[in-house]
Amino acid sequence: MSRDAKTPPAGYDVQREHMLDFKVDEQLAKVVESDAKNFILTTVDEVFNWAKLSSIWPVTFGLACCAIEMMATSATRYDIDRFGAGAFRATPRQADLMIVSGTVTGKMATRLKRIYDQMPEPKWVIAMGSCAIGGGPYFKYGYHVVKGVDQMVPVDVYVPGCPPRPEVLLEGLMRLQDKIRGRKGRFVTPKWVTDYAKKIPYRK
Amino acid sequence: MATGKIMNNGWADQDHVPGIKSELLELNMGPQHPATHGVLRLLLKTDGEIVYQVTPVLGYLHRCAEKIAEGVNYKQWVVYTDRFDYLAPMCCNHAYVTAVEKLMDVEVPERAEHLRVVTAELSRIASHLIALATFGLDMGAWTPLLYCFREREEILNLLERMAGGRMLYNYMIPGGVRYDVPDDSWVGDVLDFITMLERKKLKDYNDLLSYNKIFIERTADVGVIDEATAKAYACTGPVLRGSGVKFDCRRDDPYSVYHKFDFEIPVGTGEMGTVGDCWDRYMVRVREIEQSCRIIRQALDTLPDGSYQAIPLNKIVKVPAGAAYSRTESAKGEIGHYIISDGGQTAFRNKVRSPSFCNLQVVEKVGVGQMVSDLVALVGSLDIVLGEIDR
Repeated sequence: MSRDAKTPPAGYDVQREHMLDFKVDEQLAKVVESDAKNFILTTVDEVFNWAKLSSIWPVTFGLACCAIEMMATSATRYDIDRFGAGAFRATPRQADLMIVSGTVTGKMATRLKRIYDQMPEPKWVIAMGSCAIGGGPYFKYGYHVVKGVDQMVPVDVYVPGCPPRPEVLLEGLMRLQDKIRGRKGRFVTPKWVTDYAKKIPYRK
Repeated sequence: MATGKIMNNGWADQDHVPGIKSELLELNMGPQHPATHGVLRLLLKTDGEIVYQVTPVLGYLHRCAEKIAEGVNYKQWVVYTDRFDYLAPMCCNHAYVTAVEKLMDVEVPERAEHLRVVTAELSRIASHLIALATFGLDMGAWTPLLYCFREREEILNLLERMAGGRMLYNYMIPGGVRYDVPDDSWVGDVLDFITMLERKKLKDYNDLLSYNKIFIERTADVGVIDEATAKAYACTGPVLRGSGVKFDCRRDDPYSVYHKFDFEIPVGTGEMGTVGDCWDRYMVRVREIEQSCRIIRQALDTLPDGSYQAIPLNKIVKVPAGAAYSRTESAKGEIGHYIISDGGQTAFRNKVRSPSFCNLQVVEKVGVGQMVSDLVALVGSLDIVLGEIDR
């Protein structure tokens, strides 16, 4: 249909066009001049949290295989920038989020703790991949592998997989945003998982 | 031309300015650093902006894979070879299963060999794309990364249809491959993809990065590894070929069915500067992508029918006592597996010769006398993977 067609297309609501054509200034003037008081009710916390969750800047902290998936998440197809977390900072002092992407070894553990300590509050941690969660494939014989990054730093969201797909990392990021917003995550840990976790010897 | 000169060789004793004592600055680069491709740590001693000494410190990703080989059986350990060079896992799988088959003296079906070649070459292309992307990133070019990942996702899709995993596959097993071609359209899709890559996409990278003036200024004549140095430090892969040495395991020590295919070995020519500079190493990778496409096309055109597993999938492999060494050409260079078996289900000892480890040593020599920013170019052009270095 050309732009200057006279007759409106079938199904086009002329009434609705009139409704959409309101004057913003007039509306605003009415509101200001009227005696009615207009409020947006919120708390300071909620505003701050909204700001925090909308621009979580992760630190560039690639450890192993998962780092490549983290790069893939920030690259063309998955584009983590849609969630406000695309600005990977090279220094921990500018970052809010540490995505522990890969195997943490004994030699790297102290460095990881130092990087976490250097990050300013508020800060969050995502344990990405089974290595960061609990040692992964290196659990049994890996004498130099830390069996879970939560032994050193508090972890907010665990993203399972070896390596996790980019969609899963994005899901983890959204769960972290839920947590910052103050809402409970969509997934509640099933009882059998917590029972099973208690049986794992190192988690006493 | 950005190679510097060390201002003052005996600086520790001498003074630049009378009365003012000068000394070397010790810099710590890594392990958390965006330009070290993982958790590599470089201890630098610098004289102003000029690097006086480089010492790589390793071990931040030592995941005990060789020790694990003594605990898990031969098929299970394929999982850990995936995690060596996680950019080209198929090449690592190929290296390991070749060694095991050499020890077992098993005849691998022709179809399995062809599928191995196709997947390994696809993996090699994916790895080289990452190499181009991260090298561009080190040089301050963000855009090529987006283009390279666009094509990489296509490859990952193809391999996912084949092997089930997105990035790490566990695809090859001793005696064959785990799965056959998934459906009728897979072969056609691979051919479509490589045709598109050859005709159109490689031109994108050349336009964006290879012949970019800024990129050439940053990489040509920088980090020159001459032929003698490359041989002395046992460099392999694109690093050796970038220095003008025409050596490739796929041609010079053929394994699998590579002897059947016709392909060229691109070498560094010093087109933009000196032979063996960073630009040459980069360009060798771009040209290797074309050659990989050629190999894939030939392997798929002559894909034979028949079985793809010599040993059934559910059987535990037992290897006769003895030792075997096999070497194959990974995306990073020559990867060798030395397996000692005592006749049981697990290896007695498994030693891996990883290409990145040998390639990295060269920074100790070549990095000296350069600017710090050129050291980043050198390390980026070596295309190291820390999972393979520390194992």
